[in-house]
Amino acid sequence: MSYQGHFRIWRGDVAGGEIQDFTVEVNEGEVVLDIIHRLQATQAGDLAVRWNCKAGKCGSCSAEINGRPRLLCMTRMSTFTEDDTITVTPLRTFPVIRDLVTDVSFNYAKAREIPAFAPPKGVAAGDYRMQQIDVERSQEFRKCIECFLCQDVCHVVRDHEDNKDSFAGPRYLMRIAELDMHPLDEMDRKKQAQDEHGLGYCNITKCCTEVCPEHIKITDNALIPMKERVVDRKFDPLVWLGSKIRRRENV
Amino acid sequence: MSDREVQRHRYDVVVIGAGGAGLRAAIEAREQGMRTAIISKSLFGKAHTVMAEGGIAASMGNVNARDNWQVHFRDTMRGGKFLNNPRMAELHAKEAPDRVWELETYGALFDRTKDGKISQRNFGGHEYPRLAHVGDRTGLELIRTLQQKIVSMQQDDLRDHGDYEAMIRVFDECAITDLMQDGPRVAGAFGYFRETGDLVVFEAPAVVLATGGIGKSFKVTSNSWEYTGDGHALGMRAGASLLNMEFVQFHPTGMVWPPSVKGILVTESVRGDGGVLRNSEGKRFMFDYIPDVFTKQYAESEDEGDRWYSDPENNKRPPELLPRDEVARAINSEVKAGRGSPHGGVFLDVSTRLPAEEIKKRLPSMWHQFKELADVDITKEPMEVGPTCHYVMGGVEVDPDTTAASVPGLFAAGEVAGGMHGSNRLGGNSLSDLLVFGRRAGLGAAQYVGSLGGRHPAVRESDLDDVIGFALQPFETEVGENPYEIHQELQQAMQDLVGIIRRPEEIEDALARLEKFRERATKVKVVGHRQFNPGWHLALDLRNMVIVSECVAKSALERQESRGGHTRDDFPAMDADWRKVNLVCSHAPGSVEVDLKRQPVPDIRADLIALFDRSELAKYLTEAELAALPEGDLT
Repeated sequence: MSYQGHFRIWRGDVAGGEIQDFTVEVNEGEVVLDIIHRLQATQAGDLAVRWNCKAGKCGSCSAEINGRPRLLCMTRMSTFTEDDTITVTPLRTFPVIRDLVTDVSFNYAKAREIPAFAPPKGVAAGDYRMQQIDVERSQEFRKCIECFLCQDVCHVVRDHEDNKDSFAGPRYLMRIAELDMHPLDEMDRKKQAQDEHGLGYCNITKCCTEVCPEHIKITDNALIPMKERVVDRKFDPLVWLGSKIRRRENV
Repeated sequence: MSDREVQRHRYDVVVIGAGGAGLRAAIEAREQGMRTAIISKSLFGKAHTVMAEGGIAASMGNVNARDNWQVHFRDTMRGGKFLNNPRMAELHAKEAPDRVWELETYGALFDRTKDGKISQRNFGGHEYPRLAHVGDRTGLELIRTLQQKIVSMQQDDLRDHGDYEAMIRVFDECAITDLMQDGPRVAGAFGYFRETGDLVVFEAPAVVLATGGIGKSFKVTSNSWEYTGDGHALGMRAGASLLNMEFVQFHPTGMVWPPSVKGILVTESVRGDGGVLRNSEGKRFMFDYIPDVFTKQYAESEDEGDRWYSDPENNKRPPELLPRDEVARAINSEVKAGRGSPHGGVFLDVSTRLPAEEIKKRLPSMWHQFKELADVDITKEPMEVGPTCHYVMGGVEVDPDTTAASVPGLFAAGEVAGGMHGSNRLGGNSLSDLLVFGRRAGLGAAQYVGSLGGRHPAVRESDLDDVIGFALQPFETEVGENPYEIHQELQQAMQDLVGIIRRPEEIEDALARLEKFRERATKVKVVGHRQFNPGWHLALDLRNMVIVSECVAKSALERQESRGGHTRDDFPAMDADWRKVNLVCSHAPGSVEVDLKRQPVPDIRADLIALFDRSELAKYLTEAELAALPEGDLT
């Protein structure tokens, strides 16, 4: 039932660090986070890791396991053999703070740059009416637990530090799509998605969708439809004409 | 930064805790014009509120128009076995709908009814479908909505003041170890940043405690590492009192297998949507456990219970939907009687009750959780579940209207506050509690700060020296214990000796051990340095866990009856005389000992007591209390 597992864990801080080898007990039904906790309690009291809910609901314990972005709490030991060596490293896209903990403030900065929900004018609280079918699209995106695995895996920023300024990343492009598809949001978000948040950088390789622990179809349901809406707005002559007419009315 | 150097920040209102109550309090304080700091032990948006699944209770009447605040109040009092602070239960029931509707203006997207309103679902102890929900991830929706509302206020501040953080700032991964005082008045809060290990003092005349619960004192719990009773202990050390700490809610359905997920919550919505509990003999045992006080509201046969889902007007609800304390005790008894499931729980089955697609739609995160963590497909087979420590009804004693504690400048809202839920909380009443009293805390704090007219209390340097000394002590200890070991022993002791069913000799044993834990917790040693060092963080949290555990144990020993989240093996019945008694814990000035005293439960106002009929009141009140009621119809 239980065995001694082989782990390699990156330990260090902003000044540098290295992979360290550990041999540690593994029991039936455990996940990688259990092993990290056992290491803390028995061999490395100061091993830094973020975690909260231990049930895949809070998105705190993101790291890379054998090079793949994963939640430590949702990666079961039974997916490995007893002979496997399991390598755990911090998210690569964000600066390391210590051990498995990285500085994810990039994501909070991007969150602040997305204009908030624009509530419908003249509709009082309590009078909001929406159909289930109309809220479901945005609801899918609101399942996001902000684990930032999609932000970590996206090659636009993973491999190109200098893109970070102009690219919000899949999580926040999806946030724009969520607001754009909100039945009562009053802001037109297409132009800002393209011009200010770097939607055009996304070349739909679907890496974000692949790593999403909530199985949100980020590319198919958020990013591609958003790209289509942007294109419609930019090139559709009818849309162009409509926007001119509306503008005139406002004069 | 040198060892003892301290960052300083100055705010009007400091909110400790960034869950539902803390964020709602901060929004209100900011709207009242206060410069507000939010202190979050984790990253922003990770608070334990995300774990809430079922929904927010609010009598909007969208699904059954007969619902109103009076019915909600009545259900809340019944659920709490009449020990609730009646004014809190009243405010909560009255204001919950406005707090939910307000979330929609912040951008929340609840599930809808056919006519486009917010959908509401059935839940244990609620007479009508009352819980606004988003599938089974309502807590996530709540936290994200409040988080995004704060971002939107920061965007306004950027526009108006040129700085996102001009009026409201989130300090994340920051833990508070002590409150600062100027005489009795709150002067601020001291703590450290987890990321850097830097020390910090927030100077502020008003502090809102919104730190959540105490679950990490127990071994099997649905609570995360943050739930170490910080606010309870901070409040008590500052001179506030803790109310009714004996009442700890064991949620009836936590996962029991595999061991690594033991305790993780299985939402009550499974039962609200039709799931049933069976023992190893396949029997729906809850029909054997309907207590006298609830016989009028619950079905006597499986047929009737099943009919209720489609025709609630003419049938009574199934007993799987009894309040949580009743269901947890029943499961405990079945397992003890040898009728449990293979891993020591009972079976919770929704697979034979709803079509697979419907289950995945209504309970997506449960499906996901069992599939990925236990290899169980809940659309095809039953789950194994058992009780898990989930919530503490006890907490800081507050004024219902302002949430002010007895310490000037100190406020408390959400799980850390006591009184609202009496001896047992109904499912769904937590998220609404966070919003209703979070808002009131922000308002109360703002009014208090306004009343000071700029004459703010000051942090004393000598006090600062003391709290710095405490925080850094674990690094200076030459020979000391491993904090993880003490924590595990503490959890085991509380689980075994002050758990669901309590015996006086076991509680006394726990108290003796706690005395030693208290001593041992002062002599822990941690390895490494201050930057993101979980061993150090735990070492500092231990002190809080020991204090709240002592309060739980002392109160549990004192209350010689069984009621809600407190079951005594030697006093198995509810006792009307004890209904009149609140147990209150505090520190005598300068002492680390827990001082326990009895005080009367506030009277239920005549217009509120008139919401119940006499025969129901007879189950809860003493003869003398009944005789004092007016003659005839109470209304």
